[in-house]
Amino acid sequence: MRRYIAKRIVYLVLTLFIITTATFFLMKNLPGTPFDEEKLALLTQEQRDQIYASYGLDKPVIVQYVNYIGNIVQGDLGTSIYYTGQDVKDIIVDRIYPSALVGLQAILLGTVIGLILGVLAAYRHNSGWDYAAMIVSVLGVSIPNFVLAALLQYYIGLKWGILPVAFWESYDSSVLPSIALSVGVIAIIARFVRTEMLEVLQQDYIVTAKAKGLGQMAILSRHAVRNSLIPVITILGPIVVNLLTGSLVIENIFGIPGIGSLFVDSIKTNDYATIMGVTIFYSAFYVVVMLLVDILYSLVDPRIRLGSGRE
Amino acid sequence: MANHTDSLDHLFVPVRQESGEQERISRPALSAFQDSWRRLRQNKAAVISLILLGIMIVLAIVGPWLTKYSYAQTNYSAVYQNPSADHWFGTDKFGRDQWARIWQGTRISLLIAVLAAALDLVVGVAYGAISALKGGKVDNVMQRIIEILIGVPSLIIIILLMMIMKANIFTIMVAMSITGWVGMARLVRAQILKLKQQEFVLAARTLGTSNTQIILKHLIPNTIGMIVINTMFTIPSAIFTEAFLSFIGLGLQSPQASLGVLIHDGFQTLSSHFYLLLFPALVIVIIMVAFNILGDGLRDALDPRMRK
Repeated sequence: MRRYIAKRIVYLVLTLFIITTATFFLMKNLPGTPFDEEKLALLTQEQRDQIYASYGLDKPVIVQYVNYIGNIVQGDLGTSIYYTGQDVKDIIVDRIYPSALVGLQAILLGTVIGLILGVLAAYRHNSGWDYAAMIVSVLGVSIPNFVLAALLQYYIGLKWGILPVAFWESYDSSVLPSIALSVGVIAIIARFVRTEMLEVLQQDYIVTAKAKGLGQMAILSRHAVRNSLIPVITILGPIVVNLLTGSLVIENIFGIPGIGSLFVDSIKTNDYATIMGVTIFYSAFYVVVMLLVDILYSLVDPRIRLGSGRE
Repeated sequence: MANHTDSLDHLFVPVRQESGEQERISRPALSAFQDSWRRLRQNKAAVISLILLGIMIVLAIVGPWLTKYSYAQTNYSAVYQNPSADHWFGTDKFGRDQWARIWQGTRISLLIAVLAAALDLVVGVAYGAISALKGGKVDNVMQRIIEILIGVPSLIIIILLMMIMKANIFTIMVAMSITGWVGMARLVRAQILKLKQQEFVLAARTLGTSNTQIILKHLIPNTIGMIVINTMFTIPSAIFTEAFLSFIGLGLQSPQASLGVLIHDGFQTLSSHFYLLLFPALVIVIIMVAFNILGDGLRDALDPRMRK
C-alpha cells in the first residue's frame, strides 16, 4: 500500500511536470501578445523593450522556462499581465470561493437526488419509478450542460423571474448554476446506484436478512444501500471531471467570478502567467483527487488491495 | 403385487429412439452478429433511437439543399425573422437562414464525431492490441506512457491546443484524439490479456494455429463487441466536446456553422429570439440522447451477460 502510494505520487509529479512543460511551450506559440496592441504601437521601441523586460519576456524561451520552473518550485506563479501587477496566486485564491461553493452545492444536490432516484429505481425494478429514473439519467448524460444552463436561465431567470440570472451578487446567484451543474452528477449517480443496488438485492445476505424477519426499510437502509454505496467512490473520478468541465461553461454563462471563467478569460487575453497558473491548478486538483479516490476506495473496501497484481 | 405390474407391461410401448433426432438443432444457426441484431431489434428504445439518428443523418445530408438559401448567405433586409414558410427556422442577426445553418452544423458535428471515433478506433485499438500482444518490455513502456497520459485532464490539453492552432474541424479532431484513445487502448489491452489466457486460445495454439490466425479468428472477434460499444459512447462525447469548445468561443467561429456555434449565437439573443437557441439545442439533444440509448442497447445486445 505504502509503496503503491509512493509510486503514484512519483507519477503525479511527473504528470504535472509534463503538463507544465507542454503548456509553457504551447503558450509561447500563441498568436498575438498579452498586451494591448494599440497602446503598444504608441510606445517607443525602448519603452516596449522595458515592458517586455519587466515580465522577463525579453530572454530566450529556454531561460524563461528554467526561471518559471524555479519559481513554481518556490510556490511563485508569477504576475498577471492582464490584471496588471497582480500575483497570479492571489487571483486564483480569490476565485476559489465562488467555484467551490457552486461545485460543492452541485455535488451535494446531485448525490442526494441521484441516490434517491437510483435506490427507488432498483427497489421498484421495472416500475414507473425505474423508468422515470432511467429517463432522467439518460437525459442528464445527454443534454449538454450549457444548453441546460441556458434553458434554466431563460425560464427560471427571465420568464418567471424566480432567481437571479447572472452576476455574483448574493447567495441566490449560486442556486441556478448549482442546479445546472448538478444534473450531470444526478445522472451518473442514479444510474450507477441502480445497477449496484440491483446486484446487491440478489445477494445471499439480503435473503438471510429477510429470513430473519427484518422489515423492508431495515433491509434497505442497513444492508442494501450501504453495500451499494461503496462502489460509488469509483465514479467520483468521472464526477469531478464532469464538474471541472461544467465549471468552464457554467461560470461563463452565469457570470460567476470563479476559476473556470478566469481560465477562459485568460486564454482570450493571452495572459501567459494566468493561463499557466490555472492550468497547473486545475491539473494538480485533478490528479490529487484521482489519487485520493483510489486510496479511499481501498480503505473502504478491504477486498481491493492497491498495488497487488498488475493494473 | 409383482404379478400386477407384470400384467401392465404390455400396455406400454417403448418409444423408438432416434439418437440423431434429439440432437438436431431445429432452427438455423445464427452468427454472433445476427444474434445481436435480433436482440437489438427487441429493444424498442434502441430501435427508435436508430430511426431518429437515421432521420438526423438524412437531414444533415439533404437538409441544406432543401432550402434555396445557403448557410453563410447574409441578407440584411431579413434579420431576426421568426420561423415562417420562407425561413422554416427563422433567420439570425445577419439574416442567414437558420434551417440551412442547423443542418450544415449537424453535418459538421456528425463529421467531427465520426472522424474522432475513427481515430480513436485506429490508435486506441492498435495501441492496446500491440501492448497486450507484445507483452514484456514493450508493454511495460507503453503502459507507463498511458499512466502519465491518464493523469492529464484532457479538456485542458484540448483547450490549449485549440488556442495555438487554427480553429477548424481538423484542429478539433487532432486535439480530441491526443488523449481520446487512452480509454480504448486500456480496454482493448485488458480484454486481449484476458482472452490470451483462455482455454480456446490454448487449444488453438496446441493444434498449431499460427499467431496471425489466432489474432484474426479468436482475439479480434471476441474484442469487437467491446470496441463497438466503446465507440458508441465516444461519438456523443466528441459531439459534446466540439459544441462545448465552440460555445465558450474556442472552437469554430461564425460564419462557419456547427451546433456549438449556433447554440452560442442563440444564447447571445436568448431573451429576444429564443427560437435561435431552441432549434439547434433540440437537434443536439436528440442526437446525444439517441447515441446514448443506442449505445446502451448495443451493450445489452452484444454482451447479454452485462444486461441489468
